[in-house]
Amino acid sequence: MITFKNVSKRYPDGYVALNNVDLTVEPGEMVFLTGHSGAGKSTLLKLIAAIERPTSGTITISGQNIAQLKPSAIPYMRRKIGFIFQDHKLLFDRNVFDNVLLPLQISNFDNNTVAARVRAALDKVGLLKKEKAMPIALSGGERQRLCIARAVVHRPAILIADEPTGNLDVEYARDIMTMFTSFNQVGVTVLIATHDASLLEDTQHRILSLKQGKLAA
Amino acid sequence: MIRAWLTQHGFVFFLTLKRLISTPVTSLLSIIVMGIALSLPAGIYVLMQNLQAISGQTADSPQMSLFLKLDTTQDSIEKVNQRLEENPQIQTVQFIPKDVALQQLQQSTGLTDITASLMRNPLPDAFVIHTQENSTEALEQLRTVIQSWPEIEHVQFDSAWIERLNALLDLARFAVLMLATLLSIAIIAIMFNTIRLQILTKRDEIEISKLIGATDSFIQRPFLYFGALQGLAGGATAWLIMALAIRTLNEELTTLAQLYRIDLQLQHLSSADSISLLLFSAWLGWLGARISVASHLWQIEPK
Repeated sequence: MITFKNVSKRYPDGYVALNNVDLTVEPGEMVFLTGHSGAGKSTLLKLIAAIERPTSGTITISGQNIAQLKPSAIPYMRRKIGFIFQDHKLLFDRNVFDNVLLPLQISNFDNNTVAARVRAALDKVGLLKKEKAMPIALSGGERQRLCIARAVVHRPAILIADEPTGNLDVEYARDIMTMFTSFNQVGVTVLIATHDASLLEDTQHRILSLKQGKLAA
Repeated sequence: MIRAWLTQHGFVFFLTLKRLISTPVTSLLSIIVMGIALSLPAGIYVLMQNLQAISGQTADSPQMSLFLKLDTTQDSIEKVNQRLEENPQIQTVQFIPKDVALQQLQQSTGLTDITASLMRNPLPDAFVIHTQENSTEALEQLRTVIQSWPEIEHVQFDSAWIERLNALLDLARFAVLMLATLLSIAIIAIMFNTIRLQILTKRDEIEISKLIGATDSFIQRPFLYFGALQGLAGGATAWLIMALAIRTLNEELTTLAQLYRIDLQLQHLSSADSISLLLFSAWLGWLGARISVASHLWQIEPK
């Protein structure tokens, strides 16, 4: 599903964020990506969504070489991925429902089914009763769940989360992890970047750890 | 597919309307500025159309008046008539006997008392002819020929003022074109700036939309709709401003026209011209938005 071959990323200021990374995530797999901050986790996720371009190497996502995509093809590639951003990137000028609606508007979904889809996504993350609320009125855990609802509403094949439990209490963090597991159980490929060691203690899923831009075994 | 496309555009249309209404004062002021800017050249154009309508009645087929000598006999009149009829340069010949001319004078000026007090009819018999050609040389030539006939007292032909009017109209047309060009550029600049500010305030929305897979055309669409809609509203405002001005002017003209016993009423733009005005103003708004979007959107790339 996701393949990195000899991928390096060097920023214009000379900082090497990723150094010759090789990795493969199989379809339907759930994988954790760990490492200290600055180890290159975020860069790796941004390369997958074509927010950043690799300096060298090839990245393949469901058969498509990301590095060679034309700019006009990038939006369609991004629609295959549900992205949960570290800084949430919610729109504070519209309510919960409209935030989740945005990906469907972007990909031109039929108007008759969108409302049902948005509510289904909100139901999965337990925010159905808050669809009229503004994001500013939500707690940290609720905002995180809103991000998840927005990432899954268009039913992407791949779900990528950057520090999804960042500032959450352990209890909330476990709720969120349970959600990811349930998405994975219905066939979604899930890739989660986290530095939270407590999340990884009792997991049976594969753990990749990054150290100074290199993948440790 | 087409339905999804239509829903999409319908959605953007209403979203844009909502945006226009959500900042009523700003929108209204921009629309009024555009309306005033457009109403200047359009208003001059309307005045020109009206002037041309007046001059056009005479300019299309030039008219010449031949006044006969007062003592001309019926025989001589017949002869003149025949000569005029035979001339291939002349299209129509109309004889106006002096009695009829006097009646017309009484009716059209209301000077019945004065004309009635006259001992005898001071007016000559006359012919009014319309010529085939309308070049000045041909008309001058014809005038010389007719003037040389013994029965003719005077040939009056009013090409000079028509020519002057036409030259003036040409000049005015050029001025309108220049004014329209300059003000169109101003409107594009206004729209450019309006959209630039909108893009700045919608920075987050644009960035997030790009991140979750919005195409460039999806992101541009609301701004282009905004430009076109505001342009359309500006054009409609210009039309209303002119309608108001014409109504006011016509009230004044009615008084003037009554004094001079003439029919003088300004006409608004024809429906074809009105539609052109609206389409053109919508296009101007769209163009300003398009240029603004092209020069600002690429700066907002997700990081």
